[in-house]
Amino acid sequence: MSAGVGVDLENLWIRFGDFVAVRDANVNINGGDFFSFLGPSGCGKTTILRAVSGFLEPSDGRVLIGGNNMKGIGPNKRPTALIFQNLALFPLMKIWENITFSMEIRGASAKERRKRADELLDMIALPGQGDKLPSELSGGQRQRVAIARALCAEPDVLLLDEPLSALDLKLRQHMRTELREIQQRVGITFIYITHDQGEALTMSDNIAVMKAGVIDQIADGKTIYNDPSTAFAASFVGENNVFRGKVKRVMGNEALIETNRSGDLVARISSANQGRMKEGEDAMMFIRPEAFTLAPEGASGDHFVTAKVNHEEFEGNAFNIFMEGEGGKELKVSIPNLGQSFEDHTGQNITLEYETNNAVCVPAGELAAE
Amino acid sequence: MTPWECLTFEWFGALFSDERILNGIWNSILVGFGTVILSVSMGLAGALMLTQIWPKLRATYYTVIIAPILIPGVVLGISTLVFWDRINRMLGLGADSFLSNGLFLTIIGQSTFIASYCMLVLVARLQRYDIALTEAALDLGATHAQAFRKVLLPFMKPAIASAAVLAFLASFENYNTTTFTFGEYPTLTIELAQKVRYGITPAISALAFIIVVLTVFAALANEANLRRKELVAKARKEATVEELSSGRIRMPGFLSSNWAAVALVVVACATVVVVGTATVYSPQQCIADVQEQKRLETEERINELRRQRDLRRQQQQEAEQGNAAEPNQSQPTGNNSGFGNVFAPSALSGEEEEASEAEEAPSGNNSGFGNVFDPGSLNSGQDN
Repeated sequence: MSAGVGVDLENLWIRFGDFVAVRDANVNINGGDFFSFLGPSGCGKTTILRAVSGFLEPSDGRVLIGGNNMKGIGPNKRPTALIFQNLALFPLMKIWENITFSMEIRGASAKERRKRADELLDMIALPGQGDKLPSELSGGQRQRVAIARALCAEPDVLLLDEPLSALDLKLRQHMRTELREIQQRVGITFIYITHDQGEALTMSDNIAVMKAGVIDQIADGKTIYNDPSTAFAASFVGENNVFRGKVKRVMGNEALIETNRSGDLVARISSANQGRMKEGEDAMMFIRPEAFTLAPEGASGDHFVTAKVNHEEFEGNAFNIFMEGEGGKELKVSIPNLGQSFEDHTGQNITLEYETNNAVCVPAGELAAE
Repeated sequence: MTPWECLTFEWFGALFSDERILNGIWNSILVGFGTVILSVSMGLAGALMLTQIWPKLRATYYTVIIAPILIPGVVLGISTLVFWDRINRMLGLGADSFLSNGLFLTIIGQSTFIASYCMLVLVARLQRYDIALTEAALDLGATHAQAFRKVLLPFMKPAIASAAVLAFLASFENYNTTTFTFGEYPTLTIELAQKVRYGITPAISALAFIIVVLTVFAALANEANLRRKELVAKARKEATVEELSSGRIRMPGFLSSNWAAVALVVVACATVVVVGTATVYSPQQCIADVQEQKRLETEERINELRRQRDLRRQQQQEAEQGNAAEPNQSQPTGNNSGFGNVFAPSALSGEEEEASEAEEAPSGNNSGFGNVFDPGSLNSGQDN
């Protein structure tokens, strides 16, 4: 397979009347990448996908596929195939007819189509099911048929609009691996839309985090998780504990934050914001639940947090401690279960320690809704 | 005494030899097919428009498109006639042009409101259509026309079939719009209406019977087909992958657990028996018997009345000899009302007319049913 065809969005604006669905999006997607748009529902990620597939003309800016401007080119002329959120399998066609619909359009004979359908059915591990109707398959099987149908059109770019959201948890996790495998096998560009950060992190080469029509950060999964550039990205991707405060002092890559509740704490400034954080400005710092360790009682300093324990729970692989946090939100701490003894702290004050590298601070901003 | 005597099938023969009725049926079928094609396509276009129109205009559009159902058919008929006549004249065409052709006008006139019915049927199905299916087809490379033909149309097929049946039936039974537009193409309803003005013959009942049987047939066939499809779908669902791919899936028999199919077969058998009987059976003997009996009865009655009259005449003569009696000569025998002589002013005057009436009884029946139930009409039929 070739290196794949890249997709570029340049200064893309999409408006519906007064409502701005996408605001000045600039994205470069490399050929052969698995690229995800991650954001809460209603943030405009499906709108971007529809602009790429051609169902929507951008109000402003350009969509380039393989370097070609797609303006005025309809969805049936673009080298893209879209997998719909509800799959949109043709209910009256048999599975093999569904899969080879694009070949029927091109005028292929029934025999050729049948042959290709059988190949694809083998690939998606549904051999011999070609004569069934979509309604006779289970959710996961239909999902795979939709993928086969899109791949049969031999697109350069495959667009997936939350295709796993209708499946149950176990199947969803299974399909994640399967999708990633298929992508690596066929080697084409996948653009994946999801609100599930687990899906985005496990499958993607690169992720764009979106909030209300604006792209907050584009990076690979590790960077987004460990080095978020905005408060939204930090709070939306994975679990995170937020500490609000003001920048007291900037020391190179680190900053001392005067937090509202927990005293002065030190944190690493996220790489996108280095040099941009000024003393006295509002800031937020984030520490993941798993970044804390229990500290000896009475310890204090700029990387210790003391709070009262509300309740605790045992999750199997970890002990979760929920402590009094800011603004009614609880501070969550996960201590991995390594067989150590663990006593109940409910009602007591305990002190936690973190490594400066694991705390990240960004300018104050909007947090993701829970 | 029942009005029925002697089983006969000859009115079917009379029906099929009636040129006007046959011509009417043919015209009705022509108009029906024309109306089906025109109104289903207009209805489908209207339904598609309704689902895609700007939401703020939807209510207004719906009202406009549904209005023809609420307008009396007579108004539609006259409007159609006047409108196309204007256009015809505007184009400077003569009275024999295509635009003033009865077939064209009737189809157009009926379609104006039948299309609205079709649209209602089609909209119901269209609301269940997922627009993503069309988008999926476009995305896979289909043109809009291909997406319409290969995805939307197959989905709409059941609704289109019902709309077509509905349109055909509505067209077939339409009278009040057609009556203004039929021109030289009178449909069955028009012919029937014109016939009924001069009294109906049992040929009309024969026609009604045929229509009822055909309807029952069609309904049962449809039901049987639906049930069979359900059963097949169930069998497919229970079948294993091997059975499906080898094509050796065991399908249910046509009659098994399908009451509609059984009823269809029963009705078919009954029809075959009736038609068979009709071709073999001859009512001549029965008719002769009945006529003989009637003749005897009539004779007896005439004799009886004659005897009574003689008796009365004797009494009258005796009375006249006594007083100079006034002659009672008013003879309102020309009473043609359906009420017989009940309201005749002289009905109370004497029983004399009764006798004369009885004498001409076989031909003097002026009831609303014409001579339908008169045994004498059998006689004339026989003479022919």
